[in-house]
Amino acid sequence: MTHDAIIVGGGIVGCAIAERLARAGLAVCLLERDVLGGAATAASMGHLVVLDDDTAELSLSAYSCARWRELAPQLPATAEYRRTGTLWIARDAAEMDEAARKRERLASAGVDGELVSPAQLALLEPALAPGLAGGLRVVADAVVYPPVAAAWLARRAVAAGAQVRCGVEVRAIGDGDVLLADGGRLRARHVIVANGCAVPELLAGVPVRKRKGHLLITTRAQPAVNHQLVELGYMQSAHGGDGESVAFNVQPRPTGQLLLGSTRQFDDLGCGVAPRLLRRLVARAQEFLPALERMTALRAWTGFRPTTPDHRPLIGAWPARPGVWLACGHEGLGVTTALGTADLLAAQLLDLPLPFDARPYAPARFAPDAELAHAG
Amino acid sequence: MPAEVRIRVDGVVVSVPAGCSVAAALCHAGRGATRQALDGAPRAACCGMGVCFECRVRIDGIERLGCLTRVAEGMEIGCDA
Ligand SMILES: Cc1cc2nc3c(=O)[nH]c(=O)nc-3n(C[C@H](O)[C@H](O)[C@H](O)COP(=O)(O)OP(=O)(O)OC[C@H]3O[C@@H](n4cnc5c(N)ncnc54)[C@H](O)[C@@H]3O)c2cc1C
Ligand code: FES
Repeated sequence: MTHDAIIVGGGIVGCAIAERLARAGLAVCLLERDVLGGAATAASMGHLVVLDDDTAELSLSAYSCARWRELAPQLPATAEYRRTGTLWIARDAAEMDEAARKRERLASAGVDGELVSPAQLALLEPALAPGLAGGLRVVADAVVYPPVAAAWLARRAVAAGAQVRCGVEVRAIGDGDVLLADGGRLRARHVIVANGCAVPELLAGVPVRKRKGHLLITTRAQPAVNHQLVELGYMQSAHGGDGESVAFNVQPRPTGQLLLGSTRQFDDLGCGVAPRLLRRLVARAQEFLPALERMTALRAWTGFRPTTPDHRPLIGAWPARPGVWLACGHEGLGVTTALGTADLLAAQLLDLPLPFDARPYAPARFAPDAELAHAG
Repeated sequence: MPAEVRIRVDGVVVSVPAGCSVAAALCHAGRGATRQALDGAPRAACCGMGVCFECRVRIDGIERLGCLTRVAEGMEIGCDA
């Protein structure tokens, strides 16, 4: 048989797309070489956050967070969706000015934020260090447990008629078909490549690089934290250059544990935990949460963010290969943006009205013949 | 008879062999569990080598791994970590 769509990769992005296309009535087959919601999805923090450092990122993340809010009542309790909100923390007057600008940018996408004084900050989060300048509180942001959310999306896809096959590796993408590791071939009208950091294994020209991150989780203990806390300098760490960086980002887990993020580096492709970076991560977090000094670290792990040269995901047709679509390169925001990605890709594939401008994400910007495409 | 030390476990004084680990001491004192999971289920030392973190206990007020900490005279152990 010929499927309408084969999706390669069962991370949160592939699962969201399978669910969306199956719901639209397509004959969908999702192929995952390992487990659903593993890889980057399992490593991640699951912060559902609107980011605004570029207008494209703002529209995709604001749209996606709204979609998560719509889905929330249906998510199973084990997906641990919670509206913690985000508290962006300013250390000085310059960062407070940045908080005000951020508030304006979020407002332009219909996302409310409130500026918080140092006194309000101390009330909202008593565990924060004294002497901070204030912050910006975005109550609509949330957190979710990504591997459960991904597996749940896949189950919804199955309920809508999709085939989901785990332990099946795609070796190559052919003309209207995919070649499996066991030598089999599956035919499809559309092949959607959503295999995270592994995209270049199948399509050599797609510029996705791994950007390693470390996370650490504490045992259950005080201090209590109420919001996902992120330093305003975070975006500088996320987008500022190719060097190694560490930014304060802490998430309260429903168990009373604290999940600490995060580091960023390109130069290390091994999955091992680097004690040197963990020390930097903890030291950074202690500047904001001094009581961490008395807490116990339970586990640390690493993951790889699939990153593109301009830090925007690739969502849409891959011009170098007719019938091949990309949904990859979501870097550190792919849990959030999986739902918007699925809607945008489905709209393009099914010729429906686009939920927002697709051009900033068009893979054509990196296609070998990109210049020709632009000239045309 | 090996030398013994006295420690307190959740406020109760017990004598345990000197030089053993806190995890072993708890076993010796007839305490199966080191801690409780979120749902209240008892948990106990598993790997004995600092990997699983199931043996964590409060030792003199600080959360430590029972399998990697040696008992000492007068130690206060709380199984509420
Ligand atoms: C440390 C860290 C923290 C993060 N925190 C957040 C956060 O707080 N909020 C947020 O929104 N995002 C966060 N992210 C980013 C997010 O995790 C990723 O953007 C997202 O998970 C990417 O999903 P994906 O489905 O594209 O890729 P993946 O989750 O990597 O899934 C790809 C899948 O494809 C499969 N696959 C690969 N090759 C093949 C093949 N040939 N055949 C079949 N299957 C194949 C893999 O086995 C894998 O299951 C974080 C990432 C990291 C590393
Ligand atoms: S018993 Fe496993 S860490 Fe102590």
